[in-house]
Parts: sequence; structure tokens; C-alpha cells
Amino acid sequence: MIAFLTYKGILVLIIFTITLAVAAYSTYAERKVAAFLQDRIGPDRAGPFGLLQPLADGAKFFFKEEIIPNVSNKTLFIIGPSIAMLTALMTGVVVPWGDSLTIGGNSYLLQIADLNVGILYVFGVASVGVYGIMIGGWSSNNKFSLIGAVRASAQMISYEIAMGLAIIALILMTGTLSLREISLQQAGGAGGDWNWWNVVYQPLGFLIFLVCAFAECNRTPFDLPECETELVGGYHTEYSSMKLGLYLFAEYINMFISSAVISTLYFGGFNFPFMHNLGLNANWITVIGTAVLFMKITFFIFFFMWIRWTIPRFRYDQLMNLGWKIMIPLAIFNIALSGLISLYVHR
Amino acid sequence: MLTSRAKVVVKKEMNFWERIYLPAILGGTIITIKHLFKRKTTIKYPEVKREISAVYRGQHVLKRDENGAERCTACGLCAVACPAEAITMTASERKKGEEHLYREEKYAAVYEINMLRCIFCGLCEEACPKEAIFLTDRVESSDYSRKAFIFGKDKLVEPVDQRIDVTKRQLPVVLEFKQKKSLSHNR
Repeated sequence: MIAFLTYKGILVLIIFTITLAVAAYSTYAERKVAAFLQDRIGPDRAGPFGLLQPLADGAKFFFKEEIIPNVSNKTLFIIGPSIAMLTALMTGVVVPWGDSLTIGGNSYLLQIADLNVGILYVFGVASVGVYGIMIGGWSSNNKFSLIGAVRASAQMISYEIAMGLAIIALILMTGTLSLREISLQQAGGAGGDWNWWNVVYQPLGFLIFLVCAFAECNRTPFDLPECETELVGGYHTEYSSMKLGLYLFAEYINMFISSAVISTLYFGGFNFPFMHNLGLNANWITVIGTAVLFMKITFFIFFFMWIRWTIPRFRYDQLMNLGWKIMIPLAIFNIALSGLISLYVHR
Repeated sequence: MLTSRAKVVVKKEMNFWERIYLPAILGGTIITIKHLFKRKTTIKYPEVKREISAVYRGQHVLKRDENGAERCTACGLCAVACPAEAITMTASERKKGEEHLYREEKYAAVYEINMLRCIFCGLCEEACPKEAIFLTDRVESSDYSRKAFIFGKDKLVEPVDQRIDVTKRQLPVVLEFKQKKSLSHNR
């Protein structure tokens, strides 16, 4: 029991650290990618290639003056960013970061908890994330914050429906809610062992999921909750110092976790082509698999940023039209299509 | 209609592909990814400086003649020409024994340019009959107070041992004119 707890504890610590590190360096990557897409260089003063920039930014956040507005509800004002951060970190629990490692005869699974309702857990926790933004925006007692918060909650609830419907089609196909099992179904090597990644069977579902992931993470073109041009800073207008830092950090963690979930659900997770044909032992495959998963995640994080500098923000009515009139009918059509195909054409 | 550029706006209903935005977004991503590999236009400033032309209009200089005497006679034409009213001066009479300091009988005891008002148009340079004031390719330094931007003679007059070359700024006609030693201007 103690051995089990130590192993899980260490795993939690490692994943926690990696998540924070990835989030910190996402801010750096965001600025670099933004700069490169706009023919600039980006931060290059702090350390070689500006690599210490996230540390400088973090230190700045800690030393900034902390302002809590007098008219705000102080308890809720503090709870807001805490919930945002907490829920962002909690979703990483069910993501299968790798297959199992065998050390000294014991098998160690590189996943904190293999819940049999993994996807539902992710959705549940992500839904709670809305409260972080809603509470933060409402307790600030500021009209811009409130409008931002209302927009955020309306947007997230609308797109969660389409996201859930997109996932139903995938679950129809895989027959399981466990993220690990979905990953393992996509494993395989050449010949009869070959399994396509889910994106091949669910292209439409993937597209809907991707668009909804953008909306759930409040990323451009769906960054209406923040909306600097209209709402000052949206729900975090009144926030300063590390509380603002937590909100911004939570956004990057959400981006990281969504990339991980997208990779797991649709792009084979920790599997890579011909993994069973290389003649490597299981531990090596696991290690390479984890590296491959992180490469996929990196690509999707890059994709998030790439899109950010490609398209401008949607107008609010366009956002709602896209969510309710296009995404949801498309997702339902996708479910029907998947059902018919799995009924008549056995996979 | 004043120009032929006016366009009639047609409000067209978007079709399905346009309404789901995806083809347009895909086109956009291709444009942005191309920029990722483009040459960056940033100049890393303190290490690399932007190339500026030889006749760049930067910080002013008050010239001395070959003997090291100040050329300015405080005639005030530059101050009159200045559209930003940045130049002000106080004239004074040259005393005996100061011939090596000031070229002519009258000189500027105080000569100030407010660098915050100055628009670097170069009209002072054009107005000066004595070839005393020139704009140079030097960039003025930054400071914290407004007062520090009122440049007096200490910053404007060129040091005797560090002359600033302005020959590139003068037209060939002017340089040729300067060769004629018979004219009082060149004496």
C-alpha cells in the first residue's frame, strides 16, 4: 500500500511539475510564435533566445502590487482564480501519459488514475472550470468583468454540448469511456496488427471537438470572455499580481490538457506507427511513446497559437450561431452517421 | 463621385461553406505559416543599428571655422525659420582678445534648442547664412526630465578637437562656392 502511494505520489508530483513547466513555457512559446508569425523575433533578452523569459514574467507577477477592490466580494474574489487553477490541474489526472514501465518486476502505469469514466471526468472538471471565471467576474463587481464572465459561461456551456455530442460518436465506436483503453485501441504495428488512429474514423467528430476545445479554452477566435478591445480584460479586469497570473496560467494549462486529450482521443495518444515492429523492449516503447505523446501535444499547442494569429475574434452572435446552429446539428449528424456505419459496416 | 474607387456593397447571403468558416480559416493558416519562415524584419537595436542616410536629420551641431572660432553670429535667422519655435538665443558683442573664439564681431552668448519642440525639418540649416548650424546623423540621447532636452551651447557647439564632418550634407554648388577665397563669406 505504501509503495503504491509513494509511486502515485511521485507520479502526481512529476505530472504537476511538468504541467506547470509546460504552461510556463507555453507563455514563452506564445510570444515567440506570435512574433515569428508576424515577422518579428520575440523575446530574446532574458537568457539565450529569451529562454528565461517565463521566469522573469513569473517573478514580476509575484512582486506586483496586489489590489483587491473594496467593492468586491473578497472571499469569492480569492476563490475565483483558485477554482480556475484547481480545475485546470485536476484534468491531468486521467490523461494516460504513457503505457506502463516495468522496473524490478513491478509494473508502473504512467497514468495517475485509470478511471473507467475518464472522459466524463474530464468533461465534469472542465465544466466546473466555468465557475472559476464566473465567480471571478461576478465578485469583481465591475461591469466589464461581469459581461466577460457572462459571455464566458454562455460560450462554454454552448460549446460543451457540441463537444459532448462529438465524443458520443467516438464512444459509440470505441465502446469505452476510459482514456487508457481508447489509447490502447489505437496501438499496433504493421500488417494484421495495424490500427488506424481514431481521427481516420471520426474526422468530423475530431473537427467539432477541436473547434469546441478552442471555445472551452477561451482561445482566439473564441476569446470573447477576455476580449481586450471591448471589455478591457474581461473577467480578469480587476485582477492583479499572482491572481491574474493564476487565471492566465490556468488558460495555458487548459490548453496543454486539451492538447493531451485531443492527442489521446483522436491521434493515438502514446502510440506511434510500427511500435510493435521495432524490436524494442516494452520499457523503451513506453519511453518513446511518452515522448511521442508530448510531440503531439506540442504540435497542438502550436496549432492553438497558430490559429490565434490567423483569425480574428468572432462577433458574439456569430459565436452563438456557430455553436448552436452549426456545431450541434453537425455533431448530431455525426452520431447518426457513426451509428449507421458501425451497424452496417463492421469495423 | 470624386474617385473611381467607390464600390457598390452587395449584401450576399453566405453559403454553407462560407458559414462554417473552415475553408477560409484553412487559407488563413497557410498564409500565416508562410510568415513563420520569412526573414524577420526586427533589428536588434543596441547591437545592430539601422543604417541611416548620410544626410539624416538628427541632433544639431554648431560649427567652428578652420581656426576653431564659432561661426554663429546670432543673427536669428534660424530662430525665425524654425516652424516649431524651438530655437532661442541671446546675442553678445565680441571683446578684444576673443578673436580666436568668435569669428565675427557679434556672437551668440546663449544658444538653446528645445529638442522636444524640434521637428528636425532642417529649415534652420537652410536659413543659416554663415554655415554655422547643421543637422547631423547623430541621434539625440534619451533622458528623464524635460529640462535636459533644452540643449545649450555646451551640447551643440562642436569640440575643437572632435570636429564633425558635414561636407556630405552640403550641395556641390555650395562646396564649389566655398573654394572662392575672394568672397568675404569664405574669409
